[in-house]
Amino acid sequence: MDETKYGFWFPPDVSVHGRQIDSLINIVHWFMLLLFVGWGAFFVYCLIKYRARPGHTASYLPPKAQFTKVIEVGVIVIEVLLLFGFSTPVWFRYKNHPPTEKDALVVKLVAEQFAWNFQYAGKDGKFGKTAEANISADNPVGLDAEDPDGKDDIITVNQFHVPVNKPVIVQISSKDVIHSFNIPVLRVKQDAVPGARIPIWFQATQAGHFELGCAQLCGLGHYRMRADVLIDTPEDYAKWLAESAPPPAEQPTSAAPENPQSAPQK
Amino acid sequence: MSASTTHGHAAAAHAHDAGHGHHELPFWRKYIFSVDHKVIGVQYAVSALVFLFFGFCLMMLLRWQLAYPGQPLPVIGKLLSESTMPGGVMAPEFYNQLGAMHGTIMVFMGIVPLAVGGFGNYVVPLQIGAPDMAFPRLNMASYWAFLPGGILMLLGFVAPGGAAQSGWTSYPPLSDIATTGQTIWLLAMVLLITSSLLGSINFIVTIVQLRAKGLTFFRMPFFVHAQFVTSFLLLLAFPPLEAASVMQLMDRLAGTSFFLPSGLVISGEQLHVAGGGSPLLWQHLFWFLAHPEVYVLILPAMGIIAEVIANNTRKPLWGYRLLVYSAIFLGFMSFVVWAHHMFMTGMGTTMSTFFQTTTMIISIPSVVILTCFIMSLYGGAIRFTVPMLFATAFLPMFAIGGLTGLPLGLTASDIYLHDTFYVIGHFHYVVAPGTIFALFAGIYYWYPKVTGKQMNQTLGKIHFWVSFICINGIFMPMFWQGMAGLSRRLYDPTIYAHGRAVQSLNVLISWSAWGLAIAQLPFIWNFFSSLRRPKAAENPWQATTLEWAAPSPPPHGNFVTPPVVYRDPYEYSVPGKAKDFSPQFAAGEA
Repeated sequence: MDETKYGFWFPPDVSVHGRQIDSLINIVHWFMLLLFVGWGAFFVYCLIKYRARPGHTASYLPPKAQFTKVIEVGVIVIEVLLLFGFSTPVWFRYKNHPPTEKDALVVKLVAEQFAWNFQYAGKDGKFGKTAEANISADNPVGLDAEDPDGKDDIITVNQFHVPVNKPVIVQISSKDVIHSFNIPVLRVKQDAVPGARIPIWFQATQAGHFELGCAQLCGLGHYRMRADVLIDTPEDYAKWLAESAPPPAEQPTSAAPENPQSAPQK
Repeated sequence: MSASTTHGHAAAAHAHDAGHGHHELPFWRKYIFSVDHKVIGVQYAVSALVFLFFGFCLMMLLRWQLAYPGQPLPVIGKLLSESTMPGGVMAPEFYNQLGAMHGTIMVFMGIVPLAVGGFGNYVVPLQIGAPDMAFPRLNMASYWAFLPGGILMLLGFVAPGGAAQSGWTSYPPLSDIATTGQTIWLLAMVLLITSSLLGSINFIVTIVQLRAKGLTFFRMPFFVHAQFVTSFLLLLAFPPLEAASVMQLMDRLAGTSFFLPSGLVISGEQLHVAGGGSPLLWQHLFWFLAHPEVYVLILPAMGIIAEVIANNTRKPLWGYRLLVYSAIFLGFMSFVVWAHHMFMTGMGTTMSTFFQTTTMIISIPSVVILTCFIMSLYGGAIRFTVPMLFATAFLPMFAIGGLTGLPLGLTASDIYLHDTFYVIGHFHYVVAPGTIFALFAGIYYWYPKVTGKQMNQTLGKIHFWVSFICINGIFMPMFWQGMAGLSRRLYDPTIYAHGRAVQSLNVLISWSAWGLAIAQLPFIWNFFSSLRRPKAAENPWQATTLEWAAPSPPPHGNFVTPPVVYRDPYEYSVPGKAKDFSPQFAAGEA
């Protein structure tokens, strides 16, 4: 990982939709700064000009200040603009126009204390059935061994491989408590709510090695619930797929190089 | 000045005989199980200050781990038990306990009881010219639900597995499967909420029924308006959380599954519960309380700021009616913004647009209130007394807290900023250098009322300046950490590359927090040692509102003669008057 990319402001943005979020955040901050500096200057002026001193008395009558109304109306206008000119359209475009599953890579994600389990459909493009009853240390998503669709599924733990420049849909769920799927460089965040399967999407613009973290307190190992996000070039991704495909007619096993299982909740 | 304020001790003794006191009450009735709103107010305030300091200590401990992750804490680390800090290094479970308990203690056992139970109880009856609260026994019951609730909450630390550790928000399923500490948390919350409910109904009745002759609604000090709106928020917003707490208790103890969906697998084991519940139901019930709660924290603070600003600018508040209408509007709106805490739960566009729109709307009355306060400075003759220093600092601090709410309230920018340190910085600017500074202003301002003594102003100024610098050293860097993407509630932020990039700020923040603790020492010394100072003037701030019509400290029954109100609350520097303040209670040419 390239540590020099990270500093006191945004981490690099490697997503298609992230630019809009960043520019909204920047615009809001310029607006905040303008208001704060403007009011701050007036505030400091008042504190100095109207400090109590011999010979100075307060005036009983309120100042006729039309400019406060102008500022208040200005704030309303800018907020309406931020609301309906920026925030809602950005949210709408992102949330209501996901790529179709046909064009995208679909990955199922099951979060648990304190690991991320990814299920890829494999060569046949079909996900094997899963059930809670099948979950075990070797089978973190509970894949059904009888289901032919699941024979070629790839399961990884804390390793999230995606190809660059291709839409990715992640169907997020959790098997125990609420977690939150958070990849800062991709500007995505979505709670993993047990009992629900919530899709989100992104499209990466750069290959590289990044991080996924849990953003919702999920227990004593919350802080170390991280996964490597490996955005691969199409060639690297194909190579990884080929290497990770389970040998035919065998039980699917974890393809992750290491398998940090959840520590039991005390 | 009217005759009633100048009598002093003789009048006080007289009032005691004529008003309530038939005979001298035994010690435990007078100071422990008292029905006097002033004693209850002081009980609330002192307990809340102790809890506040304790909650702050938890955070100072936690800040060691954030500044120096995994390093043993010198001296104190050895004193704590092996289960919390093995070898002096904080355990992740203990870190989570400190975080959850810090939030709970500061909000439910510190700020609300101090702002409402303490200042509300003590000042509201005096400012409306009432001899006591409408239901004195209910008032006592409120305190005696609060104190056991608070103590029970702290007892969580000695429970097996330690105190509650699922965050102050206690989201299930995590909280449903947590250790015994969570059960204690829920039971304590039920007591604390009951206490607030009993108090709120009392405030509403008192303010409606017991106002002095001549005290119309628009002659009430803004502080009373603020407490009035606050009481409605407490009354209407707390019951859902009380219900939710009982539901979570049932989930934990009786095998129900209000908040547990079917098919949960915990640590590899299937959880055998009925299922069919919803984890998000808790979040809705919790935030339906906890967003109005934000205004429960800030409205009384704004009330104090209004009193202190009017008094120290020596002119009427600018836009008094606008302030009142804004506070009422704020109260109404606070009930329809709660789900902006839940944008990341998978909310659709329609819902999220509704809640971000209401969130933008609620920012408008806050802007109006701040505008009124700043415009009140214009044309004044500002005395920089200690209460005024805190009130002055409140304005830009609250402004930072409010402004940084904008990118969090807008859904698109919240995708990135949600649950980062940006959020921590945002709400702490509202409640710490915002509300807590206002509460300090209130303590310095009404101390002479409660004790009859004036606090040391030099120590007060030291307290203010060091606190002001340190508190900004704590919360300002958090915005940069949040912009860098650092998530909250991480035991070791250096696990992540973007966390390592802003780790130096954690060191700065922690040292600022420890500095802030040192800055409280002059305050604590001042608070106790000033009790021995000579008697202060009856109306030391030359204020106009009714509490200064009573002797200081006011006797049981408060007023020597029932006060009558002749004018608006902030008649300072009225042209043609000899003095620059015309009290509400002074007849004719004051």
